[in-house]
Amino acid sequence: MNNKNNYSFKTEQLTKVYITGETEVHALRGVDIEIPNGEVVVLLGPSGSGKSTFLNIIGGLDKATSGHVYFRGRDLATYSRRELTYFRRENIGFVFQAYNLVPSLTCLENVALVTEISPNPMDPKLALQAVGLTNRANHFPAQMSGGEQQRVAIARALAKQPEVMLCDEPTGALDSETGVVVLKALLDVNEKFNTTCIIITHNAIIAQLAHRVIYFADGNVSHVAVNKVRKQPDEIDW
Amino acid sequence: MAMIGALNKKLLRDLFKLKGQLLAIILVMAAGIAFFVILFGVVDSLKLTKSTYYDRYQFADIFASLKRAPESTKQRISEIKGVSVTQSRVIFGVTLQLEDMIEPASGKIISLPDTKEPLLNKLYLKSGRMLFPNEENSILADESFFNAHQYKLGDKVTVIMNGHRRALKIVGVVLSPEYVYSIAPGAMMPDPKRFGIFWMSRHSLEAAVNMKGSFNDISLKIERNANKENIKNQLDIILKPYGGLISYARDEQTSNFFVENELNQLHAMGMMAPFIFLSVAAFLINVVMSRLVTTQRVQIGMLKAVGYTNIEISMHYLKMVLLITGFGSIIGLSLGAWMGAGMTHMYTEFFHFPILKYSFSIEVMIFAVLFCTIAAITGTLFAIKSAASLPPAEAMRPESPTEFKPSLLEKMGIHKHLSFLSRIVLRQLERRPIRALLSAVGMAFALALLIFSFFMEDTMTHLMDVQYDMTQREDVNISFVEARSAQAIEELKVMPGVLSVEPIRNVPVSLRFKHYNKRSSITGLVQNPDLRRVIDSKLNPVPLPSHGLVLNKQLAKILHISVGDVLTVEVLEEKRPTLYIPVTAITQEYIGLGAFMQIRELNRILDEPPKITGASIMVDDNHTAILYKKLKEIPSIIGLNIISILRIIFEELMAENLLKMVGINILFASFISFGVVYNTARIALSERSRELATLRVLGLTRKEVAFILFGELAVIILISIPIGLYLGTGLAAGMTKSLETELFRIPYYINNSTYAYSVSIVVISALISFYLVWRQLNSIDLVAAQKGVE
Repeated sequence: MNNKNNYSFKTEQLTKVYITGETEVHALRGVDIEIPNGEVVVLLGPSGSGKSTFLNIIGGLDKATSGHVYFRGRDLATYSRRELTYFRRENIGFVFQAYNLVPSLTCLENVALVTEISPNPMDPKLALQAVGLTNRANHFPAQMSGGEQQRVAIARALAKQPEVMLCDEPTGALDSETGVVVLKALLDVNEKFNTTCIIITHNAIIAQLAHRVIYFADGNVSHVAVNKVRKQPDEIDW
Repeated sequence: MAMIGALNKKLLRDLFKLKGQLLAIILVMAAGIAFFVILFGVVDSLKLTKSTYYDRYQFADIFASLKRAPESTKQRISEIKGVSVTQSRVIFGVTLQLEDMIEPASGKIISLPDTKEPLLNKLYLKSGRMLFPNEENSILADESFFNAHQYKLGDKVTVIMNGHRRALKIVGVVLSPEYVYSIAPGAMMPDPKRFGIFWMSRHSLEAAVNMKGSFNDISLKIERNANKENIKNQLDIILKPYGGLISYARDEQTSNFFVENELNQLHAMGMMAPFIFLSVAAFLINVVMSRLVTTQRVQIGMLKAVGYTNIEISMHYLKMVLLITGFGSIIGLSLGAWMGAGMTHMYTEFFHFPILKYSFSIEVMIFAVLFCTIAAITGTLFAIKSAASLPPAEAMRPESPTEFKPSLLEKMGIHKHLSFLSRIVLRQLERRPIRALLSAVGMAFALALLIFSFFMEDTMTHLMDVQYDMTQREDVNISFVEARSAQAIEELKVMPGVLSVEPIRNVPVSLRFKHYNKRSSITGLVQNPDLRRVIDSKLNPVPLPSHGLVLNKQLAKILHISVGDVLTVEVLEEKRPTLYIPVTAITQEYIGLGAFMQIRELNRILDEPPKITGASIMVDDNHTAILYKKLKEIPSIIGLNIISILRIIFEELMAENLLKMVGINILFASFISFGVVYNTARIALSERSRELATLRVLGLTRKEVAFILFGELAVIILISIPIGLYLGTGLAAGMTKSLETELFRIPYYINNSTYAYSVSIVVISALISFYLVWRQLNSIDLVAAQKGVE
């Protein structure tokens, strides 16, 4: 929250090489980029262009082969496993394509699960309110639609008041109408709480909602576009 | 073909990936099969070895001893219908003067024909040579005595024979089917150090003990279909004028009786334990395989989606099962064959059988393998059927647990006190209660097997405690060559180191009630003995009633007699009267077949002046050496048992025989226990890996995630413990029944420490499993979980 730098993430010569047998796959080939604070950033690019790898590394789920990722001036590359766990716990909110809610916990409990272990959480009920699901608080995941489950996932990510929300294809499994509701929820979070939102998508149209669009190609950033005019979710044409 | 090739590749890779779990299944299965094969193999082999030994060395069918009869009597005996071979002998009890021991020892010298090999009860020459005809002052010695004293061929044994001291040279070491165990008269246990069997030229023995042209022992071989009872009766009639004692058959021959008892005990363990082990192993394999296949449901959906039929998919998984059961069987059978051979060898040495017939029945092996394989296949097919019955699209989706409900405990209002992690654990358990229960039952079985295994040792220790702390409380008991005047007690009382003495009179009898009969002896004791006591089932001493007999439960059971009934007692010595004595009480005793009465009453009904045949003595610890030396010099003392030594012998016997089996039980039960717990943990991990990975991504630490996984298992283990304690106790109770022999009743007695040890082994298995799974938690793929459906 008290970030002195004006970026949330900054990477230098970030590379990731997967070695499978005798072949090396270069997923990232020296990415240098800064992601400013408080923006909605969309990562666009074809499959295999490295955007998911990039997201996993900055989210502390995976380690880079070489290069640096600075978060609050500290290099994630130097973190231990345990430090990475606490990094995720304290700073990052994840939203997945497959929701990944804990099936045995209610909607509210799924959110509370995260707030219980966060240093600076909001009331889980407020988080649910923010995604418009107050009335579903005591339902189990299996009793909700996909869109509702994804909004719970957003509430869960949001409730810890993270520095950054990382979303990998958050609307990938949803129809367009539900997708709009989910995206709205995400933009609301960004606006109300000034949370940096980094969203991976295949859908170029969604990019119209972002402050900034980072295009990935062949393991590197091909170019960055800043939207002068941002559209609202209900203005875009799916 | 290409498709089948690809599927087979998948099979191999799956097997490799699941190697930890599969290894645990293989371990459980191999343990079950090996144990089954070992015990059946050992028991079968020993039975075969014993009967081959008896046949080859012409072990007699009927035995009788008498005072003295002219050799010509033998002719009349051989004319009894059905008798095929007769062998007359002279057998003489001796005391031994052994320099390597302070306590006295005794022995028995048996005659050997001078001109030819004996027709019955032939000897196996282990080392040295047989006797020359009419050879004097040379003997053959029983191997166990020879070894117990570490003699060398040519060493001399000093014996007191008919009042004369003689040094006899050992020229050969032998084994006899008649003395597989050499047990001193009246003793309960073999003691090769203090009781020796020797063979001597008939001619020389007759001369030494004034038995020229006579015999005092006869053994018979009878025809296959001969009427044994009839022959015994006729033999008794012929021998009666010569002081003949009632004849007896193999089942009452001391050594064979003991061998049979040991074999029966092994057999009881050998029948029950392996069936239990195998069933438990089969049950576990069934449960584990079905859960394993369930974790593969996504793949099953995929295979269906690309066009594989249910049968092809089933075959695919069956191959996996057959590979696993194949490995399990090979390991189990080889381990079983190897350990079985070793154990048979060990027991052959224990029993001193000169030959070893080692047999494994193919049927036993096939049965064990099929039993486990079928259990595995049914578990697998059941799981495949439920996975394959889903439409592929649905199967491919990770199984989405449908309705979760707040758990029962939460409804009871305690959820406010539960953390979210605890709630996850509780709801998981409540959502699939049957599965949790099955896992708990599996672990309970492992625990039960452990209790059952440890119990054997408990009960044996308890038996010894009762025998030597409560029943035989004397330090030493002695027996005389012949009954002596009750005055002898006074002589004993004034010997150095003697604190107190109680008289004993043992009278050999044949007991009869209705058509049941049993050879035994009546023991006369003082009214309220303080040393050799009779105790009841609550372990309290029983005062002997002023008249009538007190029988122990086992003897009463054999005779089908109860309190108030009148027993027909044929006395087998002196005037040989037949008496009718009422049974006035029945007591609990764990060892032997006891009949007791007050010594005064016994002397009265025998219509004889007061006599004793032995005494129980309490000794001052500081004077044992001098007392033993004095006792050793009294020629009329033929038997002397030092209780502390008896106890050691008993313990050694148990350690050599039964407890080795118990050790193997514990080993296999521990394998099974570990196999079950590890598998359950491992499967839980693979079933929940996605959920656990998500939680890790959200920032839960490894400890917190492990709590969910291990919390569930811990609850299952907690549930399994009372079930296991109950099952184990039941198994133990069942075992006491089947281990009961004439010689021993196994008391149902379980130490608290047994429960503690058994539970500890399960808990330690759990901790090791948790540790292994904990390490695997590190390698959960956080990235893959984020991707969701692949």
